[in-house]
Amino acid sequence: MATAAVAPPVERENYLNKHYGAWSWLLTTDHKRIALLYLVSITFFFFIGGLFALLIRLELLTPAGDLVQADTYNKLFTQHGMVMVFFFLIPSIPAVLGNFLVPLMIGAKDLAFPRINLLSWYIYITGGILMLHCMITGGVDTGWTFYTPFSTAFTNTKIVEAGLAIFVVGFSSILTGLNFIVTIHRMRAPGMTWSRLPLFIWAHYATSVIQILGTPVIAITSVLVVAERVLHLGIFDPKLGGDPLLFQHLFWFYSHPAVYIMILPSMGIMSEVIACYSRKRIFGYNFVALSSIAIAVFGFLVWAHHMFVAGISVYAALIFSILSYAVAVPSAVKVFNWTATLYKGSIHYDAPMLYAFGFLGLFTIGGLTGLFLAALGLDVHLTDTYFVIAHFHYIMVGGAVMGYLAGMHFWWPKISGRMYPEMWARLAALIVFIGFNLTFFPQFLLGYVGMPRRYYQYPPEFQVLNVLSTAGATVLGVGYLLPMIYFLWSMRYGKPAPDNPWNAAGLEWKTPSPPTTFNFEQEPVVTWEAYNYEELDAPQHKQEVPVVR
Amino acid sequence: MFDNFPLWPARASTMAGNVDALYIFLVIVSALMTGLIFVAIVYFAARYRKQEGVLAEQIDGSTPLELTWTIIPFFVFMVIFLWGAVVYFKEHTPPRDATEVYVVAKQWMWKLEHSEGQREINELHVPVGRDVKLIMTSQDVIHSFYVPAFRMKQDVLPGRYTMAWFRATKPGTYHLFCAEYCGTQHSGMIGDIVVMEPAQYEAWTSGSSTGPLSATGEKIFGELGCSTCHRADSQGRGPNLQNVFGKPVELADGRTVMADENYVRECILDPGSRRVKGFQPIMPTFQGLVSEEQVNALVAYVKSLSKAATPGTNTAEAASPSDAASGKAR
Repeated sequence: MATAAVAPPVERENYLNKHYGAWSWLLTTDHKRIALLYLVSITFFFFIGGLFALLIRLELLTPAGDLVQADTYNKLFTQHGMVMVFFFLIPSIPAVLGNFLVPLMIGAKDLAFPRINLLSWYIYITGGILMLHCMITGGVDTGWTFYTPFSTAFTNTKIVEAGLAIFVVGFSSILTGLNFIVTIHRMRAPGMTWSRLPLFIWAHYATSVIQILGTPVIAITSVLVVAERVLHLGIFDPKLGGDPLLFQHLFWFYSHPAVYIMILPSMGIMSEVIACYSRKRIFGYNFVALSSIAIAVFGFLVWAHHMFVAGISVYAALIFSILSYAVAVPSAVKVFNWTATLYKGSIHYDAPMLYAFGFLGLFTIGGLTGLFLAALGLDVHLTDTYFVIAHFHYIMVGGAVMGYLAGMHFWWPKISGRMYPEMWARLAALIVFIGFNLTFFPQFLLGYVGMPRRYYQYPPEFQVLNVLSTAGATVLGVGYLLPMIYFLWSMRYGKPAPDNPWNAAGLEWKTPSPPTTFNFEQEPVVTWEAYNYEELDAPQHKQEVPVVR
Repeated sequence: MFDNFPLWPARASTMAGNVDALYIFLVIVSALMTGLIFVAIVYFAARYRKQEGVLAEQIDGSTPLELTWTIIPFFVFMVIFLWGAVVYFKEHTPPRDATEVYVVAKQWMWKLEHSEGQREINELHVPVGRDVKLIMTSQDVIHSFYVPAFRMKQDVLPGRYTMAWFRATKPGTYHLFCAEYCGTQHSGMIGDIVVMEPAQYEAWTSGSSTGPLSATGEKIFGELGCSTCHRADSQGRGPNLQNVFGKPVELADGRTVMADENYVRECILDPGSRRVKGFQPIMPTFQGLVSEEQVNALVAYVKSLSKAATPGTNTAEAASPSDAASGKAR
């Protein structure tokens, strides 16, 4: 009965077919539609950032600077960073999966402020257009970290416009965080106590706190940079009486917690996926939930570990180093708890779980290399080299993006009403894992032998490692293209998805695939703990064949 | 190691071994931890692979286990922290009596001046086995002086001095990189540290003849009229600069600060912020009137007026002619 023929039009009304037409999307207040608006936008920016990465790696195939000019290369790595950080990684999981799932998971009809949710997308788009315009009309070449006084007094590139884009897009992040916090506090269904919340919700709660408290700082920092550049106020430029280190403190005060905005949601996804494909409750639920909060709090206390050779005092460096080790502990605790969840589980190797395994390996390596960088005496040698680049890509790509892909696969049936092709998905997971390691592991080695960051020409002895890295990047690119292709394919040709294809725990799976606009026919009343897999797997409750449409 | 597949930089300074030891320790700890987790995941995933009729066992957790795997890593982390801190302290404590080299970074080159007077561009010649202290500033944006073979890196800032030190242990030529992005030719701002046997180095230094930096500084001191107010007989309108360097100075606003390189620099460029107690605020600023190299020379001169037993003072200048010219009663 199940063929690959075009599925008949879905007759049941759901959030996708309730209204048609561009305006029904552009003026929607449905959190699920807004999640898809974000999905399209962030995927677009991922392509742009990815294109820049490809050009960077192509240039680095040879020691000489021979593909692009030096100024062009400097713009490439700057814009790769800015686009990937501000327009892809920070919004990605919260704005796509968070928006889609937070109300569903807690049993609500929508977020607390649906119109603010739409506004936050428009703010994102405005920031995105500013950034695009900036890049098309000249770009910026300061590095995504836009250190002063280079950015305020020496570069001739479009700092004001980029600063404005970052200022604007920050409000999208703040409003999303605000919406989630209020929603989680006020709109949980009856019986959904804090200790029954999915860990995905705990993770997004912690993320939202960081978004609200941290983002204003980068906004103000952008304003100050523009003020100094345009009005010549002496804030950061020593020639005007300013202090270049002040910029670094302000910048990193946000940008360090920002990396926790990028990783916490992904950790939330890990808990959901690992629990489902082990068929058991996450080991140490309380500790995992508490760790999310601990990471958010401690994450605000470590910023100057980016400045150990910048000219801060030895005593300040000591404090930030010890705190950086403290913040590593809750992350390690989570990895141990996820691993322990596998013990005496019933492990399935579906694609989302393969991405989860990949996350566990890559995040562990990325996190451990953070310990290298937090060691003061060693950081002197490693900072500003490719070791740092490898470290953060292991966490942000090996961690955050793998988690994002795991989540996209896991919830795709719920979001689209279609199944993705399982074998292609497993293959893609494998290709991503191999490509990723080939791209970034050589960079640890390059860092230790001394290749600095942001170099477009390098001594010849570094070439072999660079070539390996570029080869890996090509493989990784293929791995990323595959899901884009088969997700699109599945929207027309994929098998119609049942309500709960994975027999997973969580209120979102008690809705149809895809859900109706207001999610639940009746407000659910929760009388069970999170991850109630023993009930779901008890023989009499086993799911039958997919629901007939 | 392998020429085209380098896995390790040369080890050419006294600190390199310390840094490498910590790195190797961390590699081992990381490999063990990764191995442990990898083995656990692979084993559990295989051993507990889904089987017909076999249900997962619901395990809430285990507080003793949680405490164990929180406390043990925490202790390991503290060991790493302490080790890293000790190495960092050593890296940031230049030995007394180190030879001083003044570095001025600019887009996109390194200008170096030995206190004996030799000037170099993008190259630094040093003898094996001698402590060298770098006193660095930037003319424009932030740069960073990085020598992988010495495991040494220090950002170089505009508007102030930052310091670094090393003692080379192996003759050879080693990369010098700029490690803080500074614009178009950031990756072109590279050079060489040339470590020579002492005899070779003597031969090299005898080639240059500009005279010690402090003598240059003394000349500038006269040319700019500094000696009008800063008289050695303490009759001038400004403080006598004999034996000022390296000692505490009481400022008019009540603060007491150490008269180090940054202090002297600030006095020249922003005297209003450094008014010394008991003196009128009449010193003009020389901001814009002196180059960074000239400031370096003046700093070297002021240092030479305080030669006796001050930390970091360059005693290699002891034989310089500036002694007689500075009018010290010695």
